[in-house]
Parts: sequence; structure tokens; C-alpha cells
Amino acid sequence: MSFARRALVVAWKDLLVERRSKETLNALIFFALLLLFVFQFALGPDRERLAGVLPGVLWLGFILSGLLALGRTFLVEREHDCWEGLLLAPGDKSAVYLGKLAGNLALMAVVETLVLGLFVVFFDIDLARAFPGLVVVVALATLGLAAVGTLFAAMTAHVRAREVLFPVLLLPVQVPVLLAAVKATEALLAGEPLGAVAHWVKLLAAADVVYLAVGVLTFDAILEG
Amino acid sequence: MTADSVICVRDVRKLFGAQAVLDRVSLEVRRGEAVALLGANGAGKTTLLKIVGTAMRPTAGSASVAGRDCVRDAEAVRRLIGVVGHGAWVYDDLTADENLRFWTTLNGQPASADERAGALAAVDLDRAAGARVRTFSAGMKRRLALARLTLARPAALLLDEPFAGLDQRAKKWLEGYLEAFKGRGGALLMVTHSFGRELGVADRIAILAGGRIALDTSRAGLDPDDVPRLYAAHAEDGA
Repeated sequence: MSFARRALVVAWKDLLVERRSKETLNALIFFALLLLFVFQFALGPDRERLAGVLPGVLWLGFILSGLLALGRTFLVEREHDCWEGLLLAPGDKSAVYLGKLAGNLALMAVVETLVLGLFVVFFDIDLARAFPGLVVVVALATLGLAAVGTLFAAMTAHVRAREVLFPVLLLPVQVPVLLAAVKATEALLAGEPLGAVAHWVKLLAAADVVYLAVGVLTFDAILEG
Repeated sequence: MTADSVICVRDVRKLFGAQAVLDRVSLEVRRGEAVALLGANGAGKTTLLKIVGTAMRPTAGSASVAGRDCVRDAEAVRRLIGVVGHGAWVYDDLTADENLRFWTTLNGQPASADERAGALAAVDLDRAAGARVRTFSAGMKRRLALARLTLARPAALLLDEPFAGLDQRAKKWLEGYLEAFKGRGGALLMVTHSFGRELGVADRIAILAGGRIALDTSRAGLDPDDVPRLYAAHAEDGA
């Protein structure tokens, strides 16, 4: 009970701070809008061309905004000198990891919902049929991305060149998730049912389990430095 | 180590690269005792506090709190100590009450709304309980950090410049709180640069210089002028 309570209070704190400061959310929304404008102008109205690149473009939007959000995970602790407080808090440190992860997932869910909505508007696509399957794929891929991203954000929090190091570390590890997410999204947008991309969904689920387990097991050592 | 020893530091060395910040430092704080750690900037006072507080590992030697080793049994030590370091550990976008709620819950000792209100009232922040910390002065943030301490029940307190930035009223409250803490058998190790009323709480004075304890003496019997003289003789010469 105490473990869950501690994880929840970390997520509550992060979301409350974000709701009040809106530092990350404002940056992400602006960034997503900019990205969509650029893609819209670059791709033009050619529907055939658009259909081919849309899954990649969608995931590029998710990944880039995710990188921005995840990279800032421990910035609030550094800025407020609270890192030591987290370190010295007695109890299992993986509660802090899971709380931070939950906060990141909530933030990314907001941004991804917004990006997806804007995608529909900007590119005039009909997502009604693909939507349920897309939700599953996006949720699983986001969990994988956030699980590793939260861990690597802690690892690089005290590194001078963390803005460079963070994506360099994160993206290679994310290859299975990105591959599965883009391929599954491509098939779903082409009208295939979720069952047709079950193998990609299984890969995403397996990656999530591995990444979460690694995060829970190693976060203590990372926080201790 | 004596039977009533709470904080025990034995031959601690700490190297940063090739430089020894602490060189075979030994120190003991007993039940109901307060030790003020003095020294010039860079003498290693905060490093020693961090080693006892489990935030840093010694290169050699050992430190323990209530018999629990600060490296091998860091989790147990963390349950026994209360720490106020350089940073106040407060989030600007949370209110004073929310900050207390966060830290007490994270520390596994959730405090009720009444307990939090009492802690804030003790440091004269009851009227600012619902205000965001962003609007607080540095002294108010320090008082909030001290309010967090009152909600825990530590066996040892590790305080880095606890009186810094406090107004006279808050200083008086803190003196009373620390005396009461000692009266309950708590051990207090505090870093200070001040020779003023802060030292009134201390039963012993230890001066760190050149990575070593240059002086460890009882404060009893010392005149107000003795401390600056001893400091000049040991800290400034040894630095």
C-alpha cells in the first residue's frame, strides 16, 4: 500500500506542477503545431503520397514531442534541489520511477491525443475505422517509449550534455518499439483489422514488459549514482 | 564508540580525484548531544554531512547512525535521520501544505491535514499554507523545510546552516525545537559558519581543517570570544 501511495504521490506532484506551470505542455503543443505545419506544406495535397508517409509522420510527431517531454522528467528535481530529497527518501526507489513514469504517460497521452486530432484536421483523414486499433498500438508504444525514456532521463539528469546524450541513448533502444508501432499503424490506416497486426502488438507488449522490468530493477542504482 | 553514541564516523576519507577532502576524520555524536561543525569554505563539512546522510559514499572508513552503517544499510539509516541541506527541497509550483504532503507521503510517514497545519503553524507559516512557494522568500522556504522535519521522528538530525536566512523569531523557534529534540535523546550534527546564537544549541564544537578534525572540544566553559579565537587558530591556520 505504501509503495503504491508513494508512486501515486510522485505522479500527483509532477502533474500538479505541470498543470500549474504548463512549461512542458506549452512547449509540446507549440512544437506539435509547428511540426504539422511543416509536414502539411512539405507533403502537399497528394493523397497517394500522403498515405505512404502518414504512419511515419505521425510517429515522428509522437517521438519528437515524447523526447522533449521525457527529457524534462527530472529537470524539476534539479531546478528545485530536490534530487537529494528523492534519493534520501526511505523505501523502494522504484516507486519514484513508477510515479515519474505515470506522470510522463499522462502528459504524453494529452499531447498524443492533440497531435492525433490535429492530424485528422490537417491531413483530412478518416480515423473512425482504425481508431480502436490505433489506441492499442499508440498506448503500448507510448508505454515502451516512456519506460525507457524515464530511466534514461534519470541517468542523464546530471550530465552536462544531457540534451544531446538523451536522444542518442534512447533512440537506438527504441528501434523495436518504433518499428512495430510504425508498421502496425501503417496497416491499421490502410484498413486492416487489429488482428492482422497481432505480431507487432505482441512485440510492443514484450518490449514494454522488458523495459518496465529493467526500469523497476535498475532505477535504485541509477538514483544512487 | 560509546554505548550512547548515535552518529559515529570512523577514519573517513573522501577523495575527489586525487584531492582528499576528508582525511581520516573521526567524530561521534551521542544521544541528546549537539555538535556544531565549523570550518572554512571547502573544508569538507557538507561532504561529511552527506556521507553521514547516505547521500555520498566515503572512499574509506565508515559512518553509522544508531549502529546502522551508512553504506551497507543506507535504507535503515534514512529512516533514522532528518536532513535539511543547502537546498530547501521545495517545489515552487506547489503550496506549502502540498509540499509537506508530498514529502511526508514519499517518506512513508503521511501526515494528516491537522498535523501539517500544526507543523506550518510552528514555523509561523500557517497563514501561507495555501500559497504557492514561488511567492515565498528564501527565509520562508527555509522555514518550510524545517516544518518538514517536525513531521518526522528522526533519531538524528543533520543540518547544513539551519539558521541561515531565518528571522529572529524563526531562529528562536528553531533553538527551542532543537533543544527539545536533544531533550528527547536525539543527536544533532550541524554545519555552521556562525559564531552567534546558533552555537548556543551546540554541546560540542568540532573544527574541520585540512581534511581533518583540527579541534573537537566541549562548548561548556568557553567564553563568547573563545570560539572565534579557536576558529582562527585551527580553521584558518589549517585551511
